[in-house]
Amino acid sequence: MINILIRKKASIKNTLSKTGIYILLMGGSILMITPFLWMISTSLKDEGSIFAMPPQLLPNPVLWQSYGSIFTELKIWQGFINTFMIIIPPTFIGLFSSALAAYSFSHINFKGRDKLFFVLLMTLMLPGVVTMIPTYVIFSKMNWVDSWLPLMIPGSFGSAACVFFLRQYFKTIPKEMIEAAKIDGMTHPNIFIKIIVPLGKTALITQGVFGFLAGYNDFMGPLIYINSSNKQTLQLMLSSLQGMYSSSYNILMAGAVVAIIPTLIIYGLCQKVFVEGISMTGIKG
Amino acid sequence: MKKTWAKTEKISVKAIKGDSLWGYLFIMPVFLGFVIFALMPILLSMYYSFTKYNLYSPPQFIGLQNYADLLKDELVGKTFFNTFYAALGIPFVIILSFLTAALLCRKIKGISFFRTMFYIPMVCSAVAVSLMWRWIFNSEYGLLNYFLSLIGINGPNWLSSTQWAMPAMIIQGIWGGLGGNIILYIASIKNVPQSLYESADIDGATAWQKLIKITLPSVSPTTFFIFVMSCIGAMQDFARFLVMTGGGPDYSTTTAVYYLYLNAFRYMKMGYASSLAWVVGMIVIIITIINFKLSDKWVNYD
Repeated sequence: MINILIRKKASIKNTLSKTGIYILLMGGSILMITPFLWMISTSLKDEGSIFAMPPQLLPNPVLWQSYGSIFTELKIWQGFINTFMIIIPPTFIGLFSSALAAYSFSHINFKGRDKLFFVLLMTLMLPGVVTMIPTYVIFSKMNWVDSWLPLMIPGSFGSAACVFFLRQYFKTIPKEMIEAAKIDGMTHPNIFIKIIVPLGKTALITQGVFGFLAGYNDFMGPLIYINSSNKQTLQLMLSSLQGMYSSSYNILMAGAVVAIIPTLIIYGLCQKVFVEGISMTGIKG
Repeated sequence: MKKTWAKTEKISVKAIKGDSLWGYLFIMPVFLGFVIFALMPILLSMYYSFTKYNLYSPPQFIGLQNYADLLKDELVGKTFFNTFYAALGIPFVIILSFLTAALLCRKIKGISFFRTMFYIPMVCSAVAVSLMWRWIFNSEYGLLNYFLSLIGINGPNWLSSTQWAMPAMIIQGIWGGLGGNIILYIASIKNVPQSLYESADIDGATAWQKLIKITLPSVSPTTFFIFVMSCIGAMQDFARFLVMTGGGPDYSTTTAVYYLYLNAFRYMKMGYASSLAWVVGMIVIIITIINFKLSDKWVNYD
């Protein structure tokens, strides 16, 4: 009899705490998602209704004209094309460069390997702000300002963070496998292509996605190096919308929605990649 | 026998030499990048900080003049103050991320929906997020002031007020900063051994006690990592301020790196900006070192 009462009390407590957790999580989720909902809602209104008080969450009627303006008058297509042309090559080339180095640091023995790796690692400590100006000066002297080259070339050489991440992952590939391959007469390039890349696929995809997203969201780079409006990236275009449409929030919000959609798609497809990738960074860090 | 030994030795020496060749070759791209885009710029930056340089005429060596000017420049003090002010959001982000992560670790139906809600801001660009929040902070028609009015508070002129612009930026920063940290905390919390909780259950500990006395200390390495990275990021925070407020009103939301950007790319004072860059860089390094030194006191790596 008492047992039943105790169990009942425990399960009521359990339900209460579960309900409490749900309430907290619902509350938090609402706080997180409301800005997005408001953004979408605003983008579907016309100039007058955006200033209606009290604010209407559901636009009535739903108007798509802002999106029309974004695509036709403002040529946001150009921004998309520019952005993809700028970020796709360095993502692949840079990943390749970093992966080669990561393989070398993890599985090839050569003199000074660990010292060189340490030097590379030091650049992670470097506050990026210090290199910003001289890099600009260098590109300026080469007449590469107002071109896409400053945005594409540095990334193609790989990055210390990417090398670090990939090296950690490649180290989990058993060195016996590499030894066996060498005895079989495989050269290092061969080993890289036939063994490392297939086995390291997950890590490579993770870094690829991160790199792509970072390039897509990059604002400072294009801000400094691009002047002509026809060469602008999406983020730059989005930012300059403010100058042209300072209080047409329906258009500004439509622009923001359009800009976010690819990132949401990538997130939706690669959710696991993000979560595991960031988790690995933290645990190894 | 002797002959075979010599042959084996020759082959293995060749193998090592061959190894070295590939080893160096494979790290070439990354190291070229390091020399051209890290090493050279660092040295150049140091040099420029001792010059007067507007990019079009050659740099003029002026010794420590830039650094002296930094000390006299009121905006330097103000922008550094702003930077540290904005960094006040860091403890809030860490605490909220930890608590939320703890909730998100429970085995509840629909947990991935909730997680997604917190992660999404993380993937969105600073520009898009800033535009979104500019509209929310709008003083007459913005969502925030509307909700405040529902509970009887007359919301301030957020982004047009020297007093409230930075708090607005802090709020926006917290909202955007939760996602990434939550992922890190969830990964870390999952690694805490169940046995610790079980012994606490035997002692009759409440959920809150378990959270504070077991989970929190166990994830302290993650907290440390988040804190260090947040400090480094906060010192260089810039893009969102440019889009949200343009640094105003009256420089109240101009951070140190924003001021650097202005000096370099609007006023064409490359030398002065370089000296400012070094000061920011030095502060980042010093803060990081202090963080590491203090970590012995509170981080436990069990």
